Amino acid sequence: MEYRLSPQQEMVRDTARKFAREVCEPIAAEIDKSHRFPRETFDKMTECGITAVGFPVAYGGTGLDKLAQVLVTEEIARKCAATAAIFSIHQGTAWTIHLFGTEDQKQKYLRPLLTGGVIGAFSLTEPNAGSDASNVQTIAVEEEDCYVLNGTKCFCSNGGQAGIFVILAMTNPELKTRGISAFIVEKGTPGLSIGKTEDKMGICASDTSELIIKDLRVPKENLLGKLNRGFNHALASIDGSRITVAAAQALGIAEEALDLSVQYVKDRVQFGKPIAVQQGLQWYIADMKTRIEAARSLTYRAAALVDQGEPYATLGAMAKYFASETAVYVTNRAIQLHGGYGFMRDYPLERMYRDAKITEIYEGTSEIQKLVISREVIGKIQ
Amino acid sequence: MKIIVCIKQVPDTNDVKIDPVTGTLIRQGVPSIINPDDLNALEQALRLKDSHKDVHVTVLCMGPPQADVAIRQAYAMGADKAILLSDRVFAGSDTWATATILAAAIRRIGDFDIIFCGRQAIDGDTAQVGPEIAEFLDIPQITYVRDLVIKGSTVRAERMVEDGHMVIEAPMPVLLTAIKELNKPRYPRMQLIYKAYSPEADIVAWNNGDIDADLTQIGVKNSPTNVKKSFVPVKEKHCIELTGTSRAIATGLVDELKKLHII
Ligand SMILES: Cc1cc2nc3c(=O)[nH]c(=O)nc-3n(C[C@H](O)[C@H](O)[C@@H](O)COP(=O)(O)OP(=O)(O)OC[C@H]3O[C@@H](n4cnc5c(N)ncnc54)[C@H](O)[C@@H]3O)c2cc1C
Ligand SMILES: Cc1cc2nc3c(=O)[nH]c(=O)nc-3n(C[C@H](O)[C@H](O)[C@H](O)COP(=O)(O)OP(=O)(O)OC[C@H]3O[C@@H](n4cnc5c(N)ncnc54)[C@H](O)[C@@H]3O)c2cc1C
Repeated sequence: MEYRLSPQQEMVRDTARKFAREVCEPIAAEIDKSHRFPRETFDKMTECGITAVGFPVAYGGTGLDKLAQVLVTEEIARKCAATAAIFSIHQGTAWTIHLFGTEDQKQKYLRPLLTGGVIGAFSLTEPNAGSDASNVQTIAVEEEDCYVLNGTKCFCSNGGQAGIFVILAMTNPELKTRGISAFIVEKGTPGLSIGKTEDKMGICASDTSELIIKDLRVPKENLLGKLNRGFNHALASIDGSRITVAAAQALGIAEEALDLSVQYVKDRVQFGKPIAVQQGLQWYIADMKTRIEAARSLTYRAAALVDQGEPYATLGAMAKYFASETAVYVTNRAIQLHGGYGFMRDYPLERMYRDAKITEIYEGTSEIQKLVISREVIGKIQ
Repeated sequence: MKIIVCIKQVPDTNDVKIDPVTGTLIRQGVPSIINPDDLNALEQALRLKDSHKDVHVTVLCMGPPQADVAIRQAYAMGADKAILLSDRVFAGSDTWATATILAAAIRRIGDFDIIFCGRQAIDGDTAQVGPEIAEFLDIPQITYVRDLVIKGSTVRAERMVEDGHMVIEAPMPVLLTAIKELNKPRYPRMQLIYKAYSPEADIVAWNNGDIDADLTQIGVKNSPTNVKKSFVPVKEKHCIELTGTSRAIATGLVDELKKLHII
């Protein structure tokens, strides 16, 4: 099996690396501290086409390339995980429209998401529908020319900043998961308002908001995908987006934490020698690196399966589960290697440790990934 | 308006290490980039393209086949055409030979209003190639350009000098060399990266058969520069510690400075 990036992918990665270093890194600490959404960074991403990576040329994209999306997310996450979250969740929303949108919907909504500087948000979660996403209580009632939505959504990433939303609602409560549908909603549509913006432990510069939906009239042509198939559509979309949103993001955070640690153990002198000579610490580094490389293999392979048109849901779940736990493990170890300095806000590691945690939670928790994986491995139990 | 931008692929480092034994640049393991000043030249050409009608930008690069990535990156930034000049007979060329080759290629392209070079390459560091091209083509040149305005068929440039700047006007065709103060180069556009690697892209490779550079003036054998020796100057520090009372230290210092004929 050959593992090689194409020259295009290499140039995409190098460009994203430079962008992350020059645009994201200098403000990462500031936007974390002030919880400021870096709108200007998003605009710069649009300008150089980062938002369009991996989507069809027909809608302003670069051409399908999931691995390139992974590479970009990874590079940005190295320098600012919050920006990586904003970007990758935006792309996740676009991915849903790419998978299930009609030609008209893609021209009208996918194109501005990719090239027009419009931010996307995807809203499935509700106060009583988290891991059990089938328990959606937002209701959509069909009228002659529209669906009327009522309910409350929570934890919607980019919610307060988005121009285009994908919202899941119950169109037929009796059918449960087979009665959920997806809708495309434009910002400013009467009936959609932003409620509480969450105050979070990590990825603080990203926006996580509540959506208050009251008599929101969504035109019928904005039904995304098939009526009553929204739950399947949402899960299928998350199968792909968790490879970038969580796995690639986690990979980037972990890599940067390792790089910082390697540098630090060589520079820091205690007992008259660099602490890197201590075998116990060398073994930490070996563990960190090994897990990172394993996470990378899973993540790149899952992305490659998407690009090859092969089934990828199970491997994607493994990549998400393993990479996110690796990020938490590696950032935790990295702080240990930095001693008291790692605990200080003057160094980026404490931020990276807080940021890493989200990757174990969103896009399906680690436990839910294990559920997905074991279900596939064990199969039906008699 | 037709603009030709000369770009050089260089090792990505500001202090290139020199092999103490062979006296040549150590290039292994160092990733390659487009010379920074050349990106400023390209950016200015692209800004002219963005702000004026009918501007066509060609990128020209002499280098080994690996320099392919440099011209594709320039294309992904927005150039209309890219040409890689690559031939064994070019190998080892010094500034004279390099400028001879680039001038021959520019003659082959034929139609141009502005030739834009970087001020200086971060590896060779001579800042000679641009001016030499202008001389070979017998056209005016303005070096160290930090600002540029086009007025009809002339250019007006601010040329940076040590203690200020000059404003110089010249008729086109003209050769300009860019410095980093001129602008901030854009990133390659992701969509164009993929286009740069597609058959649609106007990217060609030329060898000497295409440009007919004078074979007696190019390549390592015909380069008038002879590098006798390259070395990193050894920094030597001799320290003397003076101790005792303040008075003793002060007199001691005066004595030492006298010994060195400084006072
Ligand atoms: C002391 C010395 C040691 C050297 N050692 C080595 C060595 O070890 N290995 C080696 O390979 N070469 C070596 N050279 C050759 C030298 O590095 C260049 O190859 C020379 O031809 C170009 O000069 P420069 O790099 O100073 O460019 P400059 O004159 O500084 O470049 C000015 C501008 O000219 C343009 N330009 C320059 N070169 C090209 C090009 N190839 N294609 C397109 N545009 C270009 C660019 O716009 C650039 O910004 C050495 C030269 C000297 C003087
Ligand atoms: C910062 C942030 C951003 C988010 N962005 C979005 C977004 O943009 N769009 C969106 O729709 N959602 C978003 N979410 C929601 C996110 O996907 C959910 O928080 C997540 O799926 C978990 O749901 P929950 O929080 O309700 O936890 P719960 O489902 O209540 O889980 C609590 C615990 O129980 C475990 N658990 C639950 N069920 C099982 C089971 N069957 N077996 C074993 N263990 C189980 C969980 O793993 C977890 O450990 C976001 C969340 C956060 C924190």
